[in-house]
Amino acid sequence: MQRGPEEKTALMDVPWPDEPPVLGPGQTFGSMTDTIADAVLTRPIGLGWLAGLAIGMGLVAILMAAVTYLFLIGVGIWGINIPVGWGFAIINFVWWIGIGHAGTLISAILLLLKQTWRNSINRFAEAMTLFAVACAGMFPLLHMGRPWLAYWMFPYPSSMGVWPQFRSPLVWDVFAVSTYATISAVFWYVGLVPDFATMREKASHPLTRKVYGILGLGWRGSARHWKRYEALYILLAGIATPLVLSVHTVVSFDFAVAIVPGWHTTIFPPYFVAGAIYSGFAMVLVLAIPIRHFYRLESMITMRHLQNAAKIMLATGLIVGYGYFFEAFMAFYSGSTYERFMMQNRWFGPYAVFYWALILLNLVIPQVLWMPKVRANTRWLFLISLVVLVGMWLERFIIIVTSLSRDYLPSSWGHYVATRWDYAIFFGTLGFFATAIFIFIRIMPSISIFEMRTLLPESEVKAK
Amino acid sequence: MSHAQLSPAIYGILAEFDSSTDLVYAAKAAYAAGYRKMDAYSPFPIEEASDAIGFHTSRVPLIVLLGGLLGGLSGYGLQYWINVISYPLNIGGKPYNAWPAFIVPTFEMTILFAGLAGVLGMFALNGLPMPYHPLFNVDRFSAVTRDKFFLCVEAADPKFDVVDTQRFMESLKPVSISEVPH
Repeated sequence: MQRGPEEKTALMDVPWPDEPPVLGPGQTFGSMTDTIADAVLTRPIGLGWLAGLAIGMGLVAILMAAVTYLFLIGVGIWGINIPVGWGFAIINFVWWIGIGHAGTLISAILLLLKQTWRNSINRFAEAMTLFAVACAGMFPLLHMGRPWLAYWMFPYPSSMGVWPQFRSPLVWDVFAVSTYATISAVFWYVGLVPDFATMREKASHPLTRKVYGILGLGWRGSARHWKRYEALYILLAGIATPLVLSVHTVVSFDFAVAIVPGWHTTIFPPYFVAGAIYSGFAMVLVLAIPIRHFYRLESMITMRHLQNAAKIMLATGLIVGYGYFFEAFMAFYSGSTYERFMMQNRWFGPYAVFYWALILLNLVIPQVLWMPKVRANTRWLFLISLVVLVGMWLERFIIIVTSLSRDYLPSSWGHYVATRWDYAIFFGTLGFFATAIFIFIRIMPSISIFEMRTLLPESEVKAK
Repeated sequence: MSHAQLSPAIYGILAEFDSSTDLVYAAKAAYAAGYRKMDAYSPFPIEEASDAIGFHTSRVPLIVLLGGLLGGLSGYGLQYWINVISYPLNIGGKPYNAWPAFIVPTFEMTILFAGLAGVLGMFALNGLPMPYHPLFNVDRFSAVTRDKFFLCVEAADPKFDVVDTQRFMESLKPVSISEVPH
């Protein structure tokens, strides 16, 4: 690999001698274009892909059945009841939306920080964001009981003369999540336009050419276009950064603004955002490790990317651990009987086994990521990511269920148990997510081709 | 100009280059030679290329700013109008104009409008979508989405002359040169 002060730093950016590179050797503009585009255009459909898609679609079928039954009967088919009115629907909502956050972090925050290693993982991470937000969005809608009236959430001049009540975090959530979904979608599409143009020129079938041609909007790589494009791209990143932080902050306000013990705390916004990024990076690894393996993209999604993701998981996992510690500390320091009881109930109450499982999965096991050997092993990384995903789901379960099931008056306590329909819809959204990812990697370039080109030293203009 | 009237009307003359460096130096030379209506084409953004053809500022940031201001004002205005004028509700004795509670939707609307204004503005300024463009008539131009770099001096440039401009472009030592038919 070439080195020199005038060369592009992204490739040479190797902080330690044994650090794996961001880009494998021997790549050219053409070879990268072919590798990424051919995975979509010429690669035959494999059995593994078909099997994966079939499993995903099978789960989607279960989702459809469960949702149909839900619409027929109502939310009573779920385990929710007073006092635990939120249950799986909100647990899954928070979990999915958190997973989406890593995509925006990679595409926007790392772009602003000039972390060019992100160029090979931002595209599918953004896709992951979109699909995760779609899964998240289903839950509040289904939870409404009358989802066909979902438009009541938005301020519109209705014949009833009523309007939303803007002092409620639940209304803020509508604005935060819908803005997040919209901006993530346009950010993703804007990034895809030059690549659609590449696909248009590479596709051989006239219909494929036409479809990519329409999607590519007639992009022709003009310097004027690029100038405006780059100006917009960096600005979108600039506004998406506070946006992504605001989204999980607002989600945490749904809890923190309430006076329920264990929810009414100021640590929630940063703790939720860190947890979101934690689970999001776990999902990035769960997707990246198989994609790079099966599509032979190891020279573009290198060990460096996986290790960086692991380090971010380690850091955000510790922030989450700090959150757990201070939840417990504040419960006792507050002097409030109810707060103190909430914590004892988490530790020794009916859901204690989930609490300790969450501590084990989210806090203890991921500490093995301190070992460079573990970070260099894709199997270990994949397993730990799954562990973190389960752990983060349990965290939301504990926050919602323990606090709601036993709040102030023992006479109004209850016990929450999910039903098969809760599980059917949750696993159904996992299937929806998997299906969307499987289809995405076959119809769109899953790595940003034009941003990868800028990683090559040849992209730099040299003095003549 | 006499040559231009003799030959069929064309969009411009297109020169192909192998590297971003060659493209930028060619564009600088064309600018120095007095050509203004021209454009450089590349498979990835090259900051120096837009500077070389004399395109220094995009109006995209201004559009994003205006979109953001409009979004913020309409976001706050919407909440004020709803919760103070049209449908005042007493919630726990809080003031109708509860501005701290209005921050979140105001912020989200700012981001939403800024982002959408920016995206639509960028595409509008770029004249996209544009399914047909004369450059697509040149077969070699398809490599601009892969690994080749192009400079096109347009016939609309006052200094353009089929013979002279072609000669000038040849002096830039391109890989190939083609006339771009309409």
